[in-house]
Amino acid sequence: MTFLRGDAACPGCPIPKELDAILDIYGKKTAIVVPASCSTVIMGDTVLGMPSPVTVVHSPFAASASIASGIANALKEEDANILVWAGDGSTSDIGFATLSGAAERNENITYVCYDNEAYMNTGIQRSSLTPYGAWTTTTPAHKHEFKKPLPFIMAMHRIPYVATASISYLADFKAKFAKARNIKGFRYIHLLSPCPPGWKFDANLTMEIGKLAVETGMWPLFEIENGKFSLSSISKPFLDKSKRKPIEEYLKLQERFKGLSKEEIDGINNYIDSMWSYIEEISKAKSPFF
Amino acid sequence: MRECMPCKGDKNGGRGEDVKNTAMVGNHAVAYAVMQAKPEVLAVYPITPQTTMLEKLAEYVSKGMLNAKMIKVESEHSAMASIYGASLAGARVFTATSSQGLLYMTEVIYWAGGQRVPIVAGIATRAIGSPWSIWDDHQDFVTERDAIWIQMMAENVQDAYDMTIQAFRISEDKRVIMPVMMGFDGFVLTHTMERLSLLENEDVDKFLPKKDFKLIDFEEPIGIGPIVTQDNYIKYRYKAMQAMERAKGVIEEIAKEYSNTSGREQYGLVEFYKCEDADYVILAMGAWAGDARLAVDELRKNGVKTGLAKLRVLRPFPKEKLAELKDRKAVLVLDREYSYGSGGVLATELKSALYGANLPIYSLIGGIGGKELGPSEIINAMNMVVQGKMDREVWFV
Repeated sequence: MTFLRGDAACPGCPIPKELDAILDIYGKKTAIVVPASCSTVIMGDTVLGMPSPVTVVHSPFAASASIASGIANALKEEDANILVWAGDGSTSDIGFATLSGAAERNENITYVCYDNEAYMNTGIQRSSLTPYGAWTTTTPAHKHEFKKPLPFIMAMHRIPYVATASISYLADFKAKFAKARNIKGFRYIHLLSPCPPGWKFDANLTMEIGKLAVETGMWPLFEIENGKFSLSSISKPFLDKSKRKPIEEYLKLQERFKGLSKEEIDGINNYIDSMWSYIEEISKAKSPFF
Repeated sequence: MRECMPCKGDKNGGRGEDVKNTAMVGNHAVAYAVMQAKPEVLAVYPITPQTTMLEKLAEYVSKGMLNAKMIKVESEHSAMASIYGASLAGARVFTATSSQGLLYMTEVIYWAGGQRVPIVAGIATRAIGSPWSIWDDHQDFVTERDAIWIQMMAENVQDAYDMTIQAFRISEDKRVIMPVMMGFDGFVLTHTMERLSLLENEDVDKFLPKKDFKLIDFEEPIGIGPIVTQDNYIKYRYKAMQAMERAKGVIEEIAKEYSNTSGREQYGLVEFYKCEDADYVILAMGAWAGDARLAVDELRKNGVKTGLAKLRVLRPFPKEKLAELKDRKAVLVLDREYSYGSGGVLATELKSALYGANLPIYSLIGGIGGKELGPSEIINAMNMVVQGKMDREVWFV
């Protein structure tokens, strides 16, 4: 389904493409709940012509998972899909309690976090999903805290489906949404969503940056189904550290990482290594989450 | 807390029909009214003194007496957000809260008011911290007065029951379409057992037809609450103002219809008690209107012709009705809240409604944080008004 008939996204923004791919799978009988975010602007003004071919329910910053819960509990249509489309700030910071509550209740909704790793709509402020080492307007000397491991945190809620995805790998992306669509209960899908103005890279590099995030091991692609972890085939080779591209290839294309010291780059490498050791552990475990 | 289950009871005075006469605490009476209104989605989150209302609803659901989905949310913010979503999707909805909880849900209260969807919320009024107080005043309730919500306030348990059923009708009326808050005093009503009459389920069904409001339509997708231009934003708000004005007539009309259904006279926006010949009038809202009623009777025994204007609806504020007070000698306004740096909220509102009239309006601030104030204090204050000894604003500390 063609999503946006002329939208207000920045050049190179992956959001319209991501929504397009999701609606191809989820179809017309979908309502999208959108908290305050870039997408509020991208979705535009209904009166002047809404770019979305499906119902969009706009939501205050911290309310999207609960508004979606209410819709899901009220709708008589059994085959309707309720989708939350939220940025990293509303997902991991201000709306985190709401998200956690809806997951604990196993509400019948799909929650998608499009993670562009900062409050981009307000002009690049750090969130708890901003990675270590990134410059933002509120971390002018770079961020020195690590990204919250949100997909794992969500898996600990014993929800039926958790996945990470990237629009740079469209087939994998769509396959995960196709699987999610047919699951009942709370589904959490986390997208790494590169942001040209926020990460400061050329607008024609969006897909390339998304690929490098996966190839350097920064963004592992996986699924957690009923607590069972499985690494997606694209990311499988990167269990072997030697197969991962050097992190510098990812960092050098983005000005937000400009001027990092050697220690800071080591910090990022240590983060990647420890995440992959964790992945190795949970790949072997029978039921690592519940 | 002991509870009497409703039972087929006595004949109702003049009407000669069977009604359910019983006794209930306020929270259970409101829960019973909600059950009879047949909401499809409820959101529950505990806070004193509202909690036992939602516990009772949970019991009705678990016993199959109410066929509703009950969302056990993780905060009041989510309580309001989830029933907002459910209302958009066509369900009749209800939640309840108090005090800090009401403040915590306020962002979404405004959101729902701005979008104008049918919602009914029970507000068991309670003081706001800090310092902590679980006791009754109206600060929480009046804080929501600009949120594009209709706000009703009950005097007693019967009133709370009756108003709850009317609240659903008003909220879903096509001329209004607006959320409604039904306030009643924490502990004073929520936890106090009083006699009341209940409607038969069939009578409630007749009075309250199925909800006909749904914005989520997969055939005709729309954006709900999108970002709009300055030109459009002010139009939304202008229409809300007009709908709020229209609501005044609708509330009166629905009260009249409910009077016929229930056999109990309902007074719409304001109840005037012994006001016809009154030189002096007390304006009060909520449970202590009962104390004011006793004060009126007592004052009259002593030759002070006093009446009571009981405010049943804070929003829309019944300016036109209250203009009837303009030729009295004085009005004494009871405020159980305060706008710091300004004055008692009801006193301020009344002064605005009576702008240009030449009568003194006295403001008695009391009952804050549950501090006792009864008929004798009201009588004393009115006597001082009559004797010209009362200051324009007095705090009963």
